Amino acid sequence: MGKRDNRPAETAQAAAGTPDVPAAAGPAGPAETHDGGRVPDVSEMSETSEERDLAAALGLAADEEGVANPLRDPRDKRLPRVAGPCVLVLFGVTGDLAKKKLLPAIYDLGNRGLLPPGFSLVGFARRDWAHEDFAQVTYESVKEHARTPFREEVWRQIAEGIHFCPGEFSDDGAFDVLAMMLKEIDETRGTGGNYAFYLSVPPKFFPVVVEQLKRTNLANAPEGAWRRVVIEKPFGRDLKTARELNAITSAVFPEKSVFRIDHYLGKETVQNILALRFANTLYEPIWNRGYVDHVQITMAEDIGIGGRAGYYDGIGAARDVIQNHLLQLLALVAMEDPTSFDADSLRREKEKVLRSVRLPADLSLGTARGQYTAGWQGGESVAGYLEEEGISPDSITETYAAVRLEVANRRWAGVPFYLRTGKRLGRRVTEVAVVFQRAPHLPFSSTDTEILGQNALVIRVQPDEGITVRFGSKVPGTAMEVRDVSMDFAYGESFMESSPEAYERLLLDVLIGDPPLFPHQAEVELSWKILDPIEEHWAASGRPEGYPAGTWGPPSADAMITRDGRVWRRL
Amino acid sequence: MTTFNLTDTTASKISSTLTQLRHQMGAPAVGMVLTLVVVCDEAGQYDAVRAATEAAREHPSRVLTVIKRDPNEPDRLDAEVRMGESSPGEVVLLRLYGRLTEHADSVISPLLLTDTPVVAWWPGDAPPAPSQDAVGRLATRRITDARAAADSLAAIAGRHKGYLPGDTDLAWTRLTAWRSLLASAFDRPPGRVLSGAVYGAAGNPSVPLLAAWLSERLNASVEVAESVGPGLTEARLTLAEGGELAISRTDARLATLSRPGQPNRRVALARRPTAELLAEELRRLDSDDVYGSAIQWLAKSPAS
Repeated sequence: MGKRDNRPAETAQAAAGTPDVPAAAGPAGPAETHDGGRVPDVSEMSETSEERDLAAALGLAADEEGVANPLRDPRDKRLPRVAGPCVLVLFGVTGDLAKKKLLPAIYDLGNRGLLPPGFSLVGFARRDWAHEDFAQVTYESVKEHARTPFREEVWRQIAEGIHFCPGEFSDDGAFDVLAMMLKEIDETRGTGGNYAFYLSVPPKFFPVVVEQLKRTNLANAPEGAWRRVVIEKPFGRDLKTARELNAITSAVFPEKSVFRIDHYLGKETVQNILALRFANTLYEPIWNRGYVDHVQITMAEDIGIGGRAGYYDGIGAARDVIQNHLLQLLALVAMEDPTSFDADSLRREKEKVLRSVRLPADLSLGTARGQYTAGWQGGESVAGYLEEEGISPDSITETYAAVRLEVANRRWAGVPFYLRTGKRLGRRVTEVAVVFQRAPHLPFSSTDTEILGQNALVIRVQPDEGITVRFGSKVPGTAMEVRDVSMDFAYGESFMESSPEAYERLLLDVLIGDPPLFPHQAEVELSWKILDPIEEHWAASGRPEGYPAGTWGPPSADAMITRDGRVWRRL
Repeated sequence: MTTFNLTDTTASKISSTLTQLRHQMGAPAVGMVLTLVVVCDEAGQYDAVRAATEAAREHPSRVLTVIKRDPNEPDRLDAEVRMGESSPGEVVLLRLYGRLTEHADSVISPLLLTDTPVVAWWPGDAPPAPSQDAVGRLATRRITDARAAADSLAAIAGRHKGYLPGDTDLAWTRLTAWRSLLASAFDRPPGRVLSGAVYGAAGNPSVPLLAAWLSERLNASVEVAESVGPGLTEARLTLAEGGELAISRTDARLATLSRPGQPNRRVALARRPTAELLAEELRRLDSDDVYGSAIQWLAKSPAS
C-alpha cells in the first residue's frame, strides 16, 4: 500500500532539491511528488538523463555549480534521502520527550544510514554537565527506547558529535558559548553552518530562547547555509496567543524555517490516509455526501493527566488534542486532491477544508464536555480529575470533549464530522471512521437484516495500525441472514515490523528541509478560529459534566450524537 | 513453530495442508505480500531459509525453497511445511527427486500466492540467464549472488549477458550503504573527478561493480585495486580542484570520509547480513535500471 514503495522517487528528488546543493538544477521541479512519487515521471526522467547525456557530450562534468549530483538518479531508488551536514541543537534535553523520543529517534536515523557524516548534536540545559555526561544520558535513552538494534559503530559515529552547553536561557554568556561551540563544530566536523534548533521547552521560554538566538546571530543563516527552528505544540491556547507566539518566532525566523511538529502527521497511518484516498480508485467515488453518512474521529486515552497537571489544567482536552491532531485528521480525510504532494499544495488543500468548517448553530447541543471522576479503569481504582495532584478542586477544565462539525462544501454538505477525545476512557485508541449510508433498498425481509449495521471504513491510527472495512455478509446456513463482518489490513502484517517512529520521520524532514508534514501557521490559526467560540461558550457555562473513569464519556456526548439518530462507535 | 512433513506428495496436498494449518492457528487471512522462491542445494538450505525467514519479518511472505536431490532416484516430491508465531509468513521446503528435478516450476506455480509478486533467489549457483530459467520465468524479480559463485569476478562480469530488467545481484545490494554515502558526499559538489580507485579483498565482486558505477556516473576512469579486506575497504576519487575525496573502512564497521578542506569524519558503515540484504531487495519490486546500466558498463570497462 504505497507509502514505502513511494519513498524512492521522493528520495532522489528531494535530495537533489536539498537546500545545501546550490541551485540544484536537478529534477526538483513541480513534479516533486511526495507520496505519490511512484508515478513513473517520464518527462522528468528523460529530462535528467538527457541532461546527463548533454553534459557528457559537451565534456562537462559535475564541476559547474548547479549541475545535479552525478551520483543521484531518480531511478536509483535504493539510495535514501540523507540529510546534509548539520548540527541539531536541542533545548530541553532533560525533558521526557527528549529522552523517550528525540534522542532515540536520532540514533535510529543513524542506524538506518540517514544521518550525514559529521552530524553533531548539541544539548543545552541548566545542568552542570560535560559533553561526556550528556553522551551518557543519550546512550541510556538510546539503549532503553531506540527501536532499532544497538550497534556499536553507529553509536560511535553519533557519540563523536555529541556536545553539551550548560546554561540558563536568560544567560547571555551561555548563548555566547553556544555560538562559539557551533562555530568550532563547523570547523572540526564540517557541518557548514547548518543548524536546526529544536525547542523542546514550554512555550513560555520561546521568547527568551528565540531572542538569544537572534542576539547571538545564530538565527541568521550565512550564504549557502540554513537555520531552522522546530517547535512543539501547544501553539498557543487561543487565536490571540497563537498569533503572539508566531510573532515571536517569525520576528526572527522566516516562515519557511519554522517547523511546527504535530507528531501525528509523522505517523505512517496518517500519511497512509493520503495513499488510501489518492492512490486508489476504490474509495474516491464514494468519498462524498452521496455515500458517506457521517465521520467519527476519535482519540481516546486510558491514562489520566499523570504528571502533566501544571500544563493540562486550564488547557483541557479540546485545546490539547482537537485543535491540532483531530482537526489535522479531519483536514486530511476531507480535503480535495492536492495538485502534488509538495508542502504548498498540501497545505493549500488543508487550509481550504479548515476554512469551510462550520460550527453547530447551538453550541450547547452540538458540543459536549466532561471531567473524569473516580472510578475503575481496566481493573484499577483510579482517582478523579479533581483529586489529581496539583489540580484545584474547583477546576472546570474538561478532560473529555466532543464536537459536531460540518464541512461546508459541495463534497461534504450535510455530512457531520463528530470529533471526540478524552482521558481515562475505556481504552487507548485513535481512529478515523467513515460511516456509509445504508443501502437505499434492501431486498431482504426486515428480520434478515435486523443486525446489519452501516458499512464503515476505519483507519486505525494507533495502536494496531491498519484499516478495517466493515460490510454485511450472509451468515452461513439455510436462512438468509445478513450480518456485519470486517476485512482487515494490519500494517504490522503486511509491512515491516519496525516502521519508523513519527519523530524519526519528522526529524529527518527537518534536517532535509522538507515541510509537507508540518502544519503552517495559517492552519494553526484556522484551527483556533474553529475552537475559540467553543471554548468561550464552555467557559461561560459552568462545570463540565462528570463521567466515571473507564467509561466512554459523559451522557451529554451520547445525547449529542443520538439527537442526530446516530451512535458513537463502540471502541 | 509447527512443522508438517509430507512425503511423496503433490502441490495440491501441500496447498491444502497450508490452508488447514493456517485455520488451525486461527489466522485465516494473513497479510502476506509476496512469494519468495529460494532455489538452493541441501548444503545451503539452512542459511538461506534462515535469511528468508528473517527478511519475511519485514515482508511477510510465503517462502518456497526448492532443493534438487538425486535425479537418478524415482520421481518423488517431499515437502516440509513450517508455520510459526515467530514469523508472519510460511515456509515450505520442497525436495525434488528423479525427473522432477527438471520440473520444479510445475510444483511451484500452484503454490504461488494469488495476484502478488513472485521473487526468485539463488543464494548459491545461479543460472546464466535467470529470466530464462524455468523457475525464474515465474518471477518478476530475480536475485542472484555473484559472491557465491566459484569465480565471483567472472560471474558479475558476465551478468550483463543474461540480463533482463528485474534481475539484481546481492553484490550490488552490498554496495547500497557505500553508494549512499558517496552520493551524499556529492550533495555538496566536490568539483570534477579526474580518476579514482576502489580497493577491496581479492575476488570480491562488489569491488569492480562499484568502480563501474562510479566510472559511469562520474565519467572518469575508476580502477580496481586489491587490499587485504575484509570486503570493500576504500574508494578514492581524485578531484580536478586538487586533493582526494575518499571513504575508507578497514574494520568492516566504521568508515572515515575525507575530502579537501574538511575535517575527516567517521560514519557507521557496517557489512550487512544476508537477511538485511534480502529485505532491501524485497523493498522494491520494480526493476533496478541503475544496476542494469552498471553491469553493462562493467562489461565494457577494462577493469573486468
